[in-house]
Amino acid sequence: MDQKTPQKIDIDWTACQGHGLCAELLPDHITLDEWGYPLVDGGSIPPRTLKRARRAASDCPVLALKLTARGAPL
Amino acid sequence: MSSEILWYANRATGAVCLVLFTVVVLLGIAVRLRTRLPGLPRFGTVNLHRTLSLSATAFLALHIAMAVIDGYVNITVVDAVVPFVSDYEPFWLGLGTVALDLMLAVLITSLLRERIGHRTWRALHWLAYASWPVALIHGIGIGTDTGTDWMTWLTVSCVAAVIAAFGIRAAHSARASRRTPAALLRTAEGARS
Amino acid sequence: MTTTTTTTFTDVYMSPRLLAPGGTAADLSTHELRYGPLSYGDPDTLLRTVAESGLTGRGGAAFPTYRKLVAVADASRRTGRAPVVVANGAEGEPASRKDKTLLRLSPHLVLDGLQLAARAVGAGEAHLAVEDGASYLESALAQRNDPLPVQVIRLPKRFLSGQASALAQYVSGNAPLPRHQHPPVRERGVRKAPTLVQNVETLAHLALVARYGADWFRSAGTPTQPGSTLCTLHVPGREVRVVEAPFGLPLNRLLPLEGTSAVLVGGYHGTWIPAAEAAQRTLDAGDLGAGVLAALPTNRCGVTETARVLRYLALQSAGQCGPCLNGLPRIASAFQTLATPGPQANTRQDVARWSGLVEGRGACHHPDGTVRLVRSALTTFAAELDTHARGLCTASDATPLLPIPNEAH
Repeated sequence: MDQKTPQKIDIDWTACQGHGLCAELLPDHITLDEWGYPLVDGGSIPPRTLKRARRAASDCPVLALKLTARGAPL
Repeated sequence: MSSEILWYANRATGAVCLVLFTVVVLLGIAVRLRTRLPGLPRFGTVNLHRTLSLSATAFLALHIAMAVIDGYVNITVVDAVVPFVSDYEPFWLGLGTVALDLMLAVLITSLLRERIGHRTWRALHWLAYASWPVALIHGIGIGTDTGTDWMTWLTVSCVAAVIAAFGIRAAHSARASRRTPAALLRTAEGARS
Repeated sequence: MTTTTTTTFTDVYMSPRLLAPGGTAADLSTHELRYGPLSYGDPDTLLRTVAESGLTGRGGAAFPTYRKLVAVADASRRTGRAPVVVANGAEGEPASRKDKTLLRLSPHLVLDGLQLAARAVGAGEAHLAVEDGASYLESALAQRNDPLPVQVIRLPKRFLSGQASALAQYVSGNAPLPRHQHPPVRERGVRKAPTLVQNVETLAHLALVARYGADWFRSAGTPTQPGSTLCTLHVPGREVRVVEAPFGLPLNRLLPLEGTSAVLVGGYHGTWIPAAEAAQRTLDAGDLGAGVLAALPTNRCGVTETARVLRYLALQSAGQCGPCLNGLPRIASAFQTLATPGPQANTRQDVARWSGLVEGRGACHHPDGTVRLVRSALTTFAAELDTHARGLCTASDATPLLPIPNEAH
């Protein structure tokens, strides 16, 4: 993974079960809605938060949270 | 090291493995049920499950090492990975080997989780539900301490805990699969009238 | 299930391109007599012509067809896997009949387009996806001598059956459920191969562009939105019609606006606009969506009509994604409250909050489209909502306007 490419949080909604670990690990970027699902701010992850974001991606019990390159064509 | 000490160490580590792996299974179910353990953040449940599984594996390695090193009965390194070929108690020992093989599949796929993807990981993780009872039966069949009060109580407690936890998990799964858009619509409409 | 024969009025708005005159199905010889032979040419020339024509998708998203073809061809080069082409005739939108009508009347245009698209991207596999029935497709295929054999896939009748990733899943042999869009279907679709999913109407236009060229295609429509498009018109008192019209045609030439209070543009993921605004608007690919135009008479309640549609949309959720599964049933039920004259409490705020929570938080655009409809209804029917809150309703006719399959009352 290129360290310089800005990363953003991408959620596979078909997998997300609302465990909520991501909101605990990245409280500045993720909060939980009234049903327990993550509300993600769409911006780039600042470099100092990148390590915790990678941890959130690997700790998610259903691997629903992924980091993708910002601006990747859809 | 005398054979007797090794034999006691093997039995002791075996008992510790029973307890540790039982707790690992319970914690795994807790993760699935999104249970929050008192005093711990949500990621604490997952981390505890993983950390304890590594500790349990360490004790299992000791347990196997004791058995192989001890010269009193003939158990080789091969017997640790290939089931049912040992000189000593081939069936009961073989079950232990089967349990180890299943657990190794679970462990290795978990370490490679992000590489293999959630679906494959999940399919193999189910083998944990096979590994635990096979290990339990291995312990009962081969165990020198089978029949003693403390071992009986320990075994019964572990079995009861796992059965209860699995029952809750199965009920949760059944409830979740009933949560269809139609069911939620009925609930929402019922609440409004 | 009875086969509905939809009347077409082919000469009303422009000389017909897609639909056979007289409303009878064209067999292969009629088709070749009418349109002339099809020569495939080389893929690069075809791609250039498609680019010059400005053809965009007719499945709802209006994405430039040239860019889609190129993207799939690129993905194929990168992955080394031959692409799969799927002609999308699923038409899960209950109010839309254009794709079924096109397939019935001009199947060979669609099938020509399918072969051309396959050629353009270098596909190794071709499928035609339709809802149950349409047995005439196999006989239409039997008449042809296509370079790439086509498999007809019949889908269950669901709103999301035509969603690109759900369709790719079904063709792969799995349940027709939408998948996470990274990577997109054009990169990894049917059995992990790059997949081109193209609406059948788009393919029909492609077949004509290949024959007659970009300038011909651009001779109808507007410079920014060239060409023609099929629309399904719902006007109470008349049977449902499918017509072909050029982009830029004023809406008041398609629908009678006297006695109409609002027009639904696009379909169930579309927007309600007041009749006065509709009088100023033209046929526009930006909001035409599935090509549905429905006129709501002044004596019928738009809030009730919307509530019926929202109930259907909630039931049609795939139920995979938490926000959609939780939000759409609540929104639908709340709208039922708004549709019933009487005290409304916090219902409007609830609907606004839930709409904000479901938008953009799903694997597909079902929640987004639903929210679009909801917000347009809250704006266009604001006066009616206030009337309902006072315990009254201005409507005198409770006849449903829009078709809802298997509606339980």
